[in-house]
Amino acid sequence: MNITDILVTGEPLIYGAMVSIVLVSTAAIFLLTYFKRWGWLWREWLTTVDHKKIGIMYILSALAMLFRGGMDALMMRIQLAFPGLNFLDAQHYDEIFTTHGTVMIIFMAMPFLIGLMNIIVPLQIGARDFAFPFVNAVSFWSFFFGAMLFNISFVIGGSPDAGWTSYTPLAGAAMSPGPGQNFYLMGLQLSGIGTLATGVNLMVTILKMRAPGMKLFHMPIFTWSTLVTCFIIVFAFPILTVALALMTIDRIFGSQFFTLTGEGLPMMWANLFWMWGHPEVYIVILPAFGIFSEVIATFARKRLFGYHAMVWSMIIIALLSFLVWVHHFFTMGAGAFVNSVFSVSTMLIAVPTGVKIFNWLATLYKSKIEFTVANLWALAFIPSFVIGGVTGVMLGMAAADFQFHNSYFLIAHFHYVLIAGTVFACFAGLVFWYPKIFGHKLNERIGKWSFWLFLIGFHVCFFPQYFLGLDGMPRRIFITRIEEWLPLNVISTVGAFGMGLGFAVFVFNIYYSYRYSEREKTGDPWNGRTLEWATPTPIPFYNFATIPHVDGIDYYLPMKEKGETTYDESKLEPIHMPSNSGQPIIMMAFFAFASFALVFEWIPLAIAGLIGGFIMMGVRSFDYDEGYHVEVDEIKRIERSARGL
Amino acid sequence: MKNKRHRSKWLFLIPLSLVFFLSGCEQMVVFDPKGPVAQSQNDLIIYSLWFMLGIVVVVFGLFAYMLIKYRDRPGRGDKDYDPSIHGNTLIEIIWTVVPFVIVIALSIPTVETLYDLEDPAAATSYEDPSETLDEEPLVIHATSADWKWFFSYPEQGIETVNYLHIPTDRPIEFRLSSADSMAALWIPALGGQKYNMAGMMNKLYLEASEEGVYDGRNSNFTGEGFTDQTFKVHAESEEQFNAWVEETKSEAPVLTQEKYDSLLEPGLTDKMEFSSTHLEWVNHATNDGRDYAVERHREAYKEKLHLDRDGVPSSHE
Repeated sequence: MNITDILVTGEPLIYGAMVSIVLVSTAAIFLLTYFKRWGWLWREWLTTVDHKKIGIMYILSALAMLFRGGMDALMMRIQLAFPGLNFLDAQHYDEIFTTHGTVMIIFMAMPFLIGLMNIIVPLQIGARDFAFPFVNAVSFWSFFFGAMLFNISFVIGGSPDAGWTSYTPLAGAAMSPGPGQNFYLMGLQLSGIGTLATGVNLMVTILKMRAPGMKLFHMPIFTWSTLVTCFIIVFAFPILTVALALMTIDRIFGSQFFTLTGEGLPMMWANLFWMWGHPEVYIVILPAFGIFSEVIATFARKRLFGYHAMVWSMIIIALLSFLVWVHHFFTMGAGAFVNSVFSVSTMLIAVPTGVKIFNWLATLYKSKIEFTVANLWALAFIPSFVIGGVTGVMLGMAAADFQFHNSYFLIAHFHYVLIAGTVFACFAGLVFWYPKIFGHKLNERIGKWSFWLFLIGFHVCFFPQYFLGLDGMPRRIFITRIEEWLPLNVISTVGAFGMGLGFAVFVFNIYYSYRYSEREKTGDPWNGRTLEWATPTPIPFYNFATIPHVDGIDYYLPMKEKGETTYDESKLEPIHMPSNSGQPIIMMAFFAFASFALVFEWIPLAIAGLIGGFIMMGVRSFDYDEGYHVEVDEIKRIERSARGL
Repeated sequence: MKNKRHRSKWLFLIPLSLVFFLSGCEQMVVFDPKGPVAQSQNDLIIYSLWFMLGIVVVVFGLFAYMLIKYRDRPGRGDKDYDPSIHGNTLIEIIWTVVPFVIVIALSIPTVETLYDLEDPAAATSYEDPSETLDEEPLVIHATSADWKWFFSYPEQGIETVNYLHIPTDRPIEFRLSSADSMAALWIPALGGQKYNMAGMMNKLYLEASEEGVYDGRNSNFTGEGFTDQTFKVHAESEEQFNAWVEETKSEAPVLTQEKYDSLLEPGLTDKMEFSSTHLEWVNHATNDGRDYAVERHREAYKEKLHLDRDGVPSSHE
């Protein structure tokens, strides 16, 4: 085996990336050794089963992936705005838009939201951890290793280049030979299994571990959105798992599920992909709806309008999300009847979504709106998302879609819904819960700078793309040969850099606030309405010393009025907590090794990795560690110091 | 003061988007249809745009009203503040029913147009409903291959590569298929796209009412040469078209299977024309023909093309 067969060579940009990867890794290893932090890293983070720490690791990874996906986006925008520059060639451009799409959906949007769910949902329902804390750690490491496996592809072996949808036969072994596409398959498979496990875990947590008295229709709206999302995950992700496995067997072991040769069914991949992929869109948008509902209600100082309607709309959206996948290929030639059915069912999703928009507006009616940074992100979502929503209805009209399909009109639409929906929600949620998670607020002034830069950049970037699409510019072309398209492309690129700048300011804000922000003492900086604000800050590892009896929505408000807290010394009992474990990271490292070997089709090594993983599963099944109890004296000591008693 | 600044930035986005919209409408190809199919799709899009504009105006108006009226400004006190409002059945029913009505209003013309698009005669009658042009559609097999287009005219017995001549005022029945990866034939001035897939045949009816040269392309990503998988459509009068057919038939060389096989190799090619069609020995739309190209050129996909910005390989072998 020659080294040039494994490492990617001949691209100056990639050499630069290699050098920076080596530098950053060396620096990290040096710093950890110099400050003698290896033991701390292992004990406090790598082996943790605490839902809050796992959530933080999810969010940090997601921010890193946002950076990576954003760099991809900027490179694409440079290439499209300066056709004379010859910045990227066709092949490199194909790799970059493929990884941009995959990274943003699978390794940024979902993990970011799952990270917030990890931290907030148990707190909102008055639970001490997940139903299965060990599984939660396994899920995180499976996502993390999946993301890393996918990310190394651009320096080792070559990135996938068949688009994030990886349509066969293009993505099959015949037309996309080499390891690139295998990285896509194995990276998604590894992290997808983790997502599925998280879905089951959170579903059980929400259904079985709510505080006494909390009925389903007492749950905070973010917890509701999480529960609905978990149902989508549990029904949608097995489809992805099977589809990826079939294509893996096609590519590595020479079967003919999706090939042109041997009677394969290439279009079956498109069907399977979108049977998962369409619900996936709602996996990343429903939690966002939950976050906006929490943030808007809190900063409008008002109860959410139409709570029941909000919940039922989410449930209806979730059901409809499984019935519309064909709208991703109206142009397949399915005939007028099939297209009509899927066209109407697609447009129907606009009804519950419209109800939600009007409910948010009604929440603002007779309120007192505070323009905090978190609320700015949430409020900006409403008009921006409406633009994305109405163009979504236009795309849903199948006869018109023949003109929109595969054009920049589509690109503009889904960035309008995914950025204004999911990305704004990630920022809103992070800023909102930041003081609870990290013990200090993010600086509001710098936060407003990053908000306005990002918001204006976003509209400048994507609004022109509607018109490019209507002028016939298709997606995924690497150079704009038609001169009329150039001015709008340049404007779009300027906007993209505005968003990049906004993100940079956001990251700077994290550093600045860490250094200079006032430490949070009260645990309730925004005058919150739900139980997560009832814990002291920093949150004790067991969350609640005593769990309140809940009988209503927004339960923390009446608690505060009555002067109750979640600490009642007379009711303290020993708390049962799970032990930390190194098994999840080791187990998933074995599976990641096996996946890496499969990418290069080194079957004996893959088998060795799989055996290692299965041995770790065996070790776990004979592991009788049932955790430990936190004694009353220790709880007293922790709570008294946290509450300043 | 601070709040005021935020508001003005919000409001400025609304007219800005309208300016963008109105200034762009004239030239954009989808809004400048050159045939009845594109015309019907254009009509549908414009019809839907009015609804969408209405929704946007209502929501933006309400949004601006709420932000201005209910912001927490100094000295507002508890006037107009009622934290206990959490529902109103009547108003919730109204804003559920109204979107329903809009969806129905959009669904009916969508379904009608979908059925019309399947029917070449209906497509023809769009320009002038009273006149029926009793034309049989002209059949053209459009076959995509990595990264070029083959247009076979079976009735005329000719084939072109990467360009197309069609007569005006006569529906064209494209029979779409692909020799390898899935592509999509899109001529926005004449109407929307459909997929080209190996082993399957899709029918797409398009028609030109005006003479002219239009851009056509593959709009579904197929790999390295995708950007340059384009072609020009020359729409001309019946006589000019027939003259072009005659000229091609008499002057162009015969397409041999050997020549065709070499053209199928992944890569870009120039425009060409032949006085016979490849349908004589392979139809990629059939189950027998669908692995024809893969079987012959499997190895060629391992080579990178090194296409530069002019669409030519930067280093010729």
